[in-house]
Amino acid sequence: MDFAGAYSGDFLIFLLQGLLITLKIALISIILSFTLGTLIGIIRYARVPVLSPVLAVLVELLRNLPLLLIILFSRFALPDLGLRLGPEGAAIAALTVFEMAMISEVVRGGLNSIPKGQVEAARSSGLSSVQTLRYIVLPQGLRRMIPPLVSQFISLLKDTSLATAIALAELMHNAQIIIGHSYNYAIPVLLLCAAIYFTVNYLLSLLSRRLENKGV
Amino acid sequence: MDFSLLSDNIGLFMQGFMNTIWASLLGLAGSFILGTIIAVFRMTRSRPLVWFGTAYVEFFRNIPLLLVVFLFYLGLPSLGITLSGFASGTMGLAVYTSSFIAEAIRAGIMAVPKGQTEAARSSGLTYVQTMFYVILPQAIKLVIPPLSNQFINLVKNSSILSIVAGFDLMYYGDIVATETFDTINTYLFVALFYLIITLPLSYGSRVLERKLARHD
Repeated sequence: MDFAGAYSGDFLIFLLQGLLITLKIALISIILSFTLGTLIGIIRYARVPVLSPVLAVLVELLRNLPLLLIILFSRFALPDLGLRLGPEGAAIAALTVFEMAMISEVVRGGLNSIPKGQVEAARSSGLSSVQTLRYIVLPQGLRRMIPPLVSQFISLLKDTSLATAIALAELMHNAQIIIGHSYNYAIPVLLLCAAIYFTVNYLLSLLSRRLENKGV
Repeated sequence: MDFSLLSDNIGLFMQGFMNTIWASLLGLAGSFILGTIIAVFRMTRSRPLVWFGTAYVEFFRNIPLLLVVFLFYLGLPSLGITLSGFASGTMGLAVYTSSFIAEAIRAGIMAVPKGQTEAARSSGLTYVQTMFYVILPQAIKLVIPPLSNQFINLVKNSSILSIVAGFDLMYYGDIVATETFDTINTYLFVALFYLIITLPLSYGSRVLERKLARHD
């Protein structure tokens, strides 16, 4: 084990560059998958005809496939269908589609957990179904969704490491390149990466706790 | 779908499929044993054990599975222990998943009201008897749904073996894809093989969950 060699300036900068890519991919995918997932969750909660059952099948399929397969598919199979994505694009597309399915289930569960009596009361006091969703169900549902949503975001951040399989220059990919220089760097570099992932995820879970207490 | 691609390469697909099942079963057994031990650690009165259990769970839950696998695959050789891709992948899976299982088991046991332990103890049952006859039968109902979810995740996550040459389904899928140049069809068949395992599992766990809920 060579801690001093592994933590030399060049290597640390290289890891930092990887971390920035990891954070960038994670942030973009979180925003996209949260938006799409919420939309799908609402459509399925409201049982929109035609759309809802189709999305149900899509969500069920995506949830039961390995994310790595979806990542490889986006990078290597989509070009044959006429859509050529670089490593970044493919990683974002795959993470978004997969996490969107997971998040839609969280959203649907959160909305369903609001007692039906509240919806009935809102409707009979004259609110439209959209107003009921907007002012009664969503605000309460969202608060309950915060903990599972944040743990989903933490999974997403961890899962960005799978994009190393399509040579995206994120943290784990750069770590592997450093380890390629010498096996003596393996444990020091991996422990440093673990500390980095841990810190970012821990900050995320702290944020979740604060949001929960504040009630958004 | 081009079924001749499947029949031409059925040997490779089947070999990968069986290895994926093997890795999942071994990973399940390993993670269940480790997870139970860690859960017990966290519920003892010994400070060091509680501390160790907590640190273990928090550490492995917050870092990517790939990193855990790399610790086995790239880290151990620098300590003089060399493991195959299959072995490091499966061990990584077991250790990573055990942190989630430990939490599920602990949450299940904690959810059984304290009054029940007190009642059982004061009617003369020993601590072990209380656990076996009173607490565990109730806790198991709460633990089974999250456990079956973890098993589905484990099957999907086993695809990570392909990154460390672990001869699983995804690994052979990649070989077939590069040999046939037909990425789309290959990945579709790989997806199908994963769904053969995961869809019945998700369906089964949902039925089980409903059944257990009804008995309350």
